[in-house]
Amino acid sequence: MRSNVLQSQVQEAGIFSAYLKPSFFCELMNRGEALPEALQLVQDRLSQFDIKELRHRTSNAETQLYRLGITFTVYSDREAIDRVLPFDVIPRVLTADEWAFIEKGVQQRVKAINLFLWDIYHDRKILQDGIIPADLVLKNANYCQAMVGVDVPGGVYVHINGTDLIRDRSGQFLVLEDNARTPSGVSYVIENRHMMLRLMPDLASGMPLRSVEDYGLRLHRALCDVAPEGVTNPQVVLLSPGIYNSAYFEHVFLAREMGVPLVEGRDLLVENNHVYMRTVAGLRPVHSIYRRIDDAFLDPLAFNPESLLGVPGLVEAYRQGNVTIANALGTGVADDKAVYAYMPRIIRYYLEEEPILGSVETHICAEPEGLAFTLANLEKLVVKPVGESGGYGLLIGPHATESELEEFRRRLTENPSNYISQPVIDLSVTPTLCDAGVEARHVDLRPFALTGKTTWVLPGGLSRVALRKGSLVVNSSQGGGSKDTWVMSV
Amino acid sequence: MGDVRMTQLSPTASGMLPGLNTLLSRYAESMMWLARYMERIENLARLIEVTEAFVRGPDGRTSWDTIVQINSDEERFSALYPAATEQDYLQFYITDVANSSSIKAMANSVRENARSVRPLISTEMWMQLNVFTRWVLDLQASDIRRTGLSALCNRIKQDCQTHTGVTEGTLYRDQAWLFYLLGRHMERSDQITRLIDTRYHTLLPQEEVGSEIDTTQWASVLRSAAAYHAFRRLQPVTTTPANVVGFLLKNEGFPRSLALNLRQTDSVLGALSTHYNLRKQCYAVQERLADLRASLEDQTAEEIIIRGLHEYMHWIQGQIETIQTELVTAYWPPAATQHVSDASVAQ
Repeated sequence: MRSNVLQSQVQEAGIFSAYLKPSFFCELMNRGEALPEALQLVQDRLSQFDIKELRHRTSNAETQLYRLGITFTVYSDREAIDRVLPFDVIPRVLTADEWAFIEKGVQQRVKAINLFLWDIYHDRKILQDGIIPADLVLKNANYCQAMVGVDVPGGVYVHINGTDLIRDRSGQFLVLEDNARTPSGVSYVIENRHMMLRLMPDLASGMPLRSVEDYGLRLHRALCDVAPEGVTNPQVVLLSPGIYNSAYFEHVFLAREMGVPLVEGRDLLVENNHVYMRTVAGLRPVHSIYRRIDDAFLDPLAFNPESLLGVPGLVEAYRQGNVTIANALGTGVADDKAVYAYMPRIIRYYLEEEPILGSVETHICAEPEGLAFTLANLEKLVVKPVGESGGYGLLIGPHATESELEEFRRRLTENPSNYISQPVIDLSVTPTLCDAGVEARHVDLRPFALTGKTTWVLPGGLSRVALRKGSLVVNSSQGGGSKDTWVMSV
Repeated sequence: MGDVRMTQLSPTASGMLPGLNTLLSRYAESMMWLARYMERIENLARLIEVTEAFVRGPDGRTSWDTIVQINSDEERFSALYPAATEQDYLQFYITDVANSSSIKAMANSVRENARSVRPLISTEMWMQLNVFTRWVLDLQASDIRRTGLSALCNRIKQDCQTHTGVTEGTLYRDQAWLFYLLGRHMERSDQITRLIDTRYHTLLPQEEVGSEIDTTQWASVLRSAAAYHAFRRLQPVTTTPANVVGFLLKNEGFPRSLALNLRQTDSVLGALSTHYNLRKQCYAVQERLADLRASLEDQTAEEIIIRGLHEYMHWIQGQIETIQTELVTAYWPPAATQHVSDASVAQ
């Protein structure tokens, strides 16, 4: 039996009373130094809630998300199930200085990626100079022959970029991977903020938060910036695989925020290498396409002839400069997990600057010494297949069983070039409301960068949190949730 | 005229937006079907409820057949249920997804169309449709009796009417709204002709003017169209088949009458044609509609009955179907390649 005295002490200490400060870097509770003022403010306010109150506030969140249809669809054998991304009510907070650093780092990275893509589809200087193995680029599954020699407007290939960042034990930001194809999740950044303001108005009240409302306008502006030359009032559309796509909600969200039509392949057609959409008033020209369809499905004439999602002739219209596709085709080379290992060198090569954001030490198994090191240290490493995303098919050495290790040894030996390995990083943690109370959970951050004439980074980004205790995998498909990300303006 | 205001745009709105005339053909089609299916669900729920309470055959038992006839499902239904029980009728029309005219199947169509136009409709509309369709899709046959048929039908009807209200209060008035209205008014036109046709057909043989059962049955026809009290206000003394038919076909004030819905359809087409410069596309359909309205105005209910009510109702249904087809062709620019419907490629 607990005494009343003890109980009242627990209540006084608030939601953090039982919080076990982990040895990891904790975003809110343990930074290994005095807490910045802005964070202290958030912590103090949060301390005034009790667990019951927090749970009460959260209990509505999932129902609301479900009713609003802020869901992603998971397909089982026979059924399509709408799921909500679990929302954690305790925000993840970044200081103004931290954000300024991330912003500069992301901008630098996007700039280098665009220069790299231009180069590998034109002069290939970086290959001639031996900075990165030519085979890794030219024989990459995502290298797109149709893009060779194509001059994309403004030299922009990656208009929308998502950079996955983690923090190590010392709090240093590291890039875990780049997402330069069709990064998703930005709708949750904005919807999470709305949810936050509805559930915790008293927590957010008067806080100097950077706004996330601008994204749609900025995206539209970027897509207008890169429209074909000479078009004064460009028609932008968002191309979606359709209502059955798992990210359809996000497509709806972005089309609505931009105020542009959400089209499917069958709404578009190409005539004389110009793209049109079918409207009730007839065919209307289309100038900029934000596509949320993978390269391979964009155009049955150019790629997968089986694709029903695409638009026949679209790629040729694009190559001729009559329409802009965002992101460009063939950007997958830049976010390849093996190319990732060369990113620091790519940044130095094009910008003659040191990379602002750190990288995770990466061993390329296609290279003999990389493979040898990986095999010798398998139980200490994370092994990732280069072509997968969503946290599928990876091995976390320290958490693996002997038979899983054995299986990966076999896979690595059979097909080494499909893998890279990295040391296990002690991802930072952040207080999260869990079944047993407020506990530390690992978290990452995906800031979104938009590039038209300039590069703009949405303040904050998607904070994904691994809800399972001890788990390092934050992907929604693997039991991850998300948090509102607060960037303080002072 | 009330409908003019509903379909009018303020002059500044059209000047403000350069991309105003860019409603995707697919959106237009989905808006139309969204409205049609919601109307259909509401009508069917009302019909089931009225049938249970009021519609009796010569043997005095609930005449569930009526619903089968209105939906022209006779062949399909009797093949499935040669000796149908009440439960069979109810499952077939409420929870059987394999039956495309069941409430569940139609809710699924509503859901698909609503998802397609989700970028266009208000969040409130989407949220209400999202919750409603999920609820219907989760309904099981056992829920019908547990809830009570009347209570279940009432909830469905009310959700449909909530949808209508939310739409009225929040949907932006542009072309999408006009196509939505086209769907609603065409569906109401179609439904009322089906109701009259089927019920007249079955009621007439036993007609003995003035008898108890007869009046009750004609009143049930009116109730099936939510017309009973409005009719009573106009015809406090006599209920004759011609009165009822005349009211449902020709009354200008009743929201589900054929005349009113044809007029509304016409007015919506007029708005599309003048405000959105879609004259070319609307012309043929407007002509057809003018003929339809003229034929209705030129005949009294008695004349229609004498000349053959069934044939006339059938003809009107055919005309409405043709209008739907003509609209689709008119507003769908020719496809260079035929694309398969997305539904067949859902992963």
